[in-house]
Amino acid sequence: MSSENALLEEYAQREYEHGFITDIEADSIPAGLSEEVVRLISQKKNEPEWLLEWRLKAYRHWLTLEEPKWHNVKYPPIDYQASVYYSAPVQKPKLNSLDEVDPVLLETYEKLGIPLEEQKMLANVAVDAVFDSVSIVTTFRETLEKHGVIFCPFSEAVHRFPELVQKYLGSVVPYSDNFFASLNSAVFSDGSFCYIPKGVRCPMELSTYFRINAQNTGQFERTLIVAEEGSYVSYLEGCTAPKRDENQLHAAVVELVAMEDAQIKYSTVQNWYPGDSEGKGGIYNFVTKRGACRGDNSQISWTQVETGSAITWKYPSVILQGDNSVGEFYSVAVTANHQQADTGTKMIHIGKNTKSTIISKGISAGVGQNSYRGEVKIMKGATNARNFSQCDSLLIGDKCGAHTFPYIEVRNTTGKVEHEASTSKVGEDQIYYLRQRGLPTEDAVNMIVNGFCKEVYDVLPMEFAVEARKLLNVSLEGSVG
Amino acid sequence: MIATETDAYQESFNQFQTDQSSTAPAWLTALRQAAMERFTELGIPTKRIEDWRFTSVKPLATKPYQNVQSISLANGDAEELLQRAKLDESFHRLVFVNGHHVPQWSSQHELPAGVVIENLASSIRDGSRDLQGRLGLETSDEAAAFVALNSAFVNDGAVVDIPEGVVLDRPIHLIFVSVEDGHTVCHPRNLIRLGKGSGAAVIETYLGREGDGYFTNAITQIELDEKADLDHHKLQHEQTESLHIASTYIDQKDSSQFRSHYFSFGSLLARNEINCMLDGEEIVSTLNGLYMPTGEQLMDCRTRIDHARPNCNTYELYKGILDDRARGVFNGKIFVHQDAQKTDAKQSNQALLLSDDAVVNTKPQLEIYADDVKCTHGATIGELDENALYYLRSRGIAAPLARKMLIFAFANDVVQGVEIPAVRQHLETILLSSHGLPDV
Repeated sequence: MSSENALLEEYAQREYEHGFITDIEADSIPAGLSEEVVRLISQKKNEPEWLLEWRLKAYRHWLTLEEPKWHNVKYPPIDYQASVYYSAPVQKPKLNSLDEVDPVLLETYEKLGIPLEEQKMLANVAVDAVFDSVSIVTTFRETLEKHGVIFCPFSEAVHRFPELVQKYLGSVVPYSDNFFASLNSAVFSDGSFCYIPKGVRCPMELSTYFRINAQNTGQFERTLIVAEEGSYVSYLEGCTAPKRDENQLHAAVVELVAMEDAQIKYSTVQNWYPGDSEGKGGIYNFVTKRGACRGDNSQISWTQVETGSAITWKYPSVILQGDNSVGEFYSVAVTANHQQADTGTKMIHIGKNTKSTIISKGISAGVGQNSYRGEVKIMKGATNARNFSQCDSLLIGDKCGAHTFPYIEVRNTTGKVEHEASTSKVGEDQIYYLRQRGLPTEDAVNMIVNGFCKEVYDVLPMEFAVEARKLLNVSLEGSVG
Repeated sequence: MIATETDAYQESFNQFQTDQSSTAPAWLTALRQAAMERFTELGIPTKRIEDWRFTSVKPLATKPYQNVQSISLANGDAEELLQRAKLDESFHRLVFVNGHHVPQWSSQHELPAGVVIENLASSIRDGSRDLQGRLGLETSDEAAAFVALNSAFVNDGAVVDIPEGVVLDRPIHLIFVSVEDGHTVCHPRNLIRLGKGSGAAVIETYLGREGDGYFTNAITQIELDEKADLDHHKLQHEQTESLHIASTYIDQKDSSQFRSHYFSFGSLLARNEINCMLDGEEIVSTLNGLYMPTGEQLMDCRTRIDHARPNCNTYELYKGILDDRARGVFNGKIFVHQDAQKTDAKQSNQALLLSDDAVVNTKPQLEIYADDVKCTHGATIGELDENALYYLRSRGIAAPLARKMLIFAFANDVVQGVEIPAVRQHLETILLSSHGLPDV
């Protein structure tokens, strides 16, 4: 297999295609973190007093916390004073239409394949584009507002809908939740806010596209989605960053609230810069994502394709409070080269007849380390709760690792929990079979990997599924042997 | 760690060292001293440590257990317990009461040349066996503090040596009885070594008299040379106020076979760890277990298998039946090291919840650093299968009896893996009586 090894090696030495840097004047504050910085961020965003107070509470709490150590990822200590906590491209203060957006920024998104000009859009997707610390533009706003759907940058929502923001901010992920969530609560800069009123089925997919551009800048965005009774929304999230030699920190928080009969579908294609083949640079992605199924019959579904970042640390979770509520987690996590991922989910069953499904596919190549960490909890009142978990790992090469850490806790006799895990490698016989039928090794490997991930792709919105498949193929280039 | 928690053990230790000073060889005194220092340094684990998250050993910290220096067999309790523990008169037997060997109750049948079945205290006195290296067990794993505590007070236990090529035809039965009232502790240490191509079956039984709670802190070390075969059983019947914390370390060489059968019935808190180091190729290891906590019992079953070399197979099946306010913890770790290609590891944990107040915590854990491996684990938790119940009832079996039959069948899976008839019968009787089934 040595020739194949060489081929696969080469295949892995791919370039990160979103690694360019946009040269634009930025309004950045000096590096470092202090109460002053928190006040400064709040002041720059002209925030109301209550929000500043909340940030300060979070900051003071953060000071008392220690960075978690239980995860199965290794990285040098992060210097939180070396990061810049606010950076915004300089442009006109208020945007009413795309014409007012700096053409340099439009070009950046064009290059990333995210057209912000509505007439050019093929897909029926509304996009909120976040560049470093601020939201640049949100498309299709008028169409959405006709249906009563609020979809706008977080900082704008704070001014336009203060009651809603105040009511739900921190209601799922409190500022004291964990080290990275507290940090985010103190310094978050922008993000998306989305509110679907009662009975409304959101007419299009909503999407936020995050881009880190500035150097030494941490990105701390916050997304809040509230789906009122009987509503439906499908939300997509994508992210990229330029190639830089330093590690950059990304600590986001996403909160979802689903009321009675509401359904939220949240899909992520995470493609932050993963670092080079030597493991230099890359984004440290420490993210807290959690949804609460507050009402009966509500449903929250997380789908994630994690191909980027030097380190991925995220556990999108669902708290199943309402009776008959449903939580789902579908994940494909790829670690190639020196990437490390510690990701999974938490399903907390509180209501009766609650159901959860976990499908996790981990792919390790190169010297990548991939861990699934999940928790399924059936509380005492959760009569007839059901969980099914499946974690499969695929190993490509003998220097990578695949690990699973599932925690299961059951406190109700009627609860049924099933957990399965398996580990396997891309078989030589499988590759041989496909090559025999005329497929080059690369395509054969792609086909096998895509087949492995099929269960997750099937639940992604179509445009995303196509992108995810492409990304995965690129991520694994040159890593099979 | 607050120093005061270990202080009481320190006092007890000083007394112990003084008592032993005239008889213990210098190396042992030094080894005990070093172990005590390590225990003080490590302290009693708290729930903040990941591996102790579900198991609180607070009683140890709040009421320190005292060492027992001498034993009294006068009141007949120990003898009665012994009668209960005996499975078959034909077994080789070593009996320990409160951690001390009782020669008059132990018995050995004729042994092939070179086979050693004796107690550790006499091995130490004898000085002819190389014990220093074996007793100096140091681990950095989750049980490290208890291993250190055991080493500090190491005094008695079983020593079993089976030389090359010898296959014992009768099982060796090690019986550990606790009868002392008041918070007493014993630290049995068993050393089992099987030479090339040898074979044996060992049964460890732990039991005690109802009364105040005592604490058993046991360690068994097993070394299996090439092609050796050991069938190991542990029957944990400690009384219901007691604490039982035990670790078994197995070191396996090429083509050796190890089968572990763990049955946990007693104790208020029972924590059993099995650590398998597969340091050879073509090794087969099977770890089976059954835990049945009721009342306020907490049973924590932990296994760790290290696949260090290629071509080894491990199979693991642990089943739990939980009733009342009991808690059951299962943690099964499988590490596949980078060298260990062609590993086949299967693990399964199934728990049956019979009460809404019972709690199950399960954490199977795979860490894999090699690519050409087959590893699977499965965990299921649930109640009795409604369809199976319905089937039995439709055939005229009343619901309560049908339930008992299904519970028995669930547990019997593990019991059937036991090859020694006397042990299997003993377990079947317990299963039947514990769920009120008529003898069948």
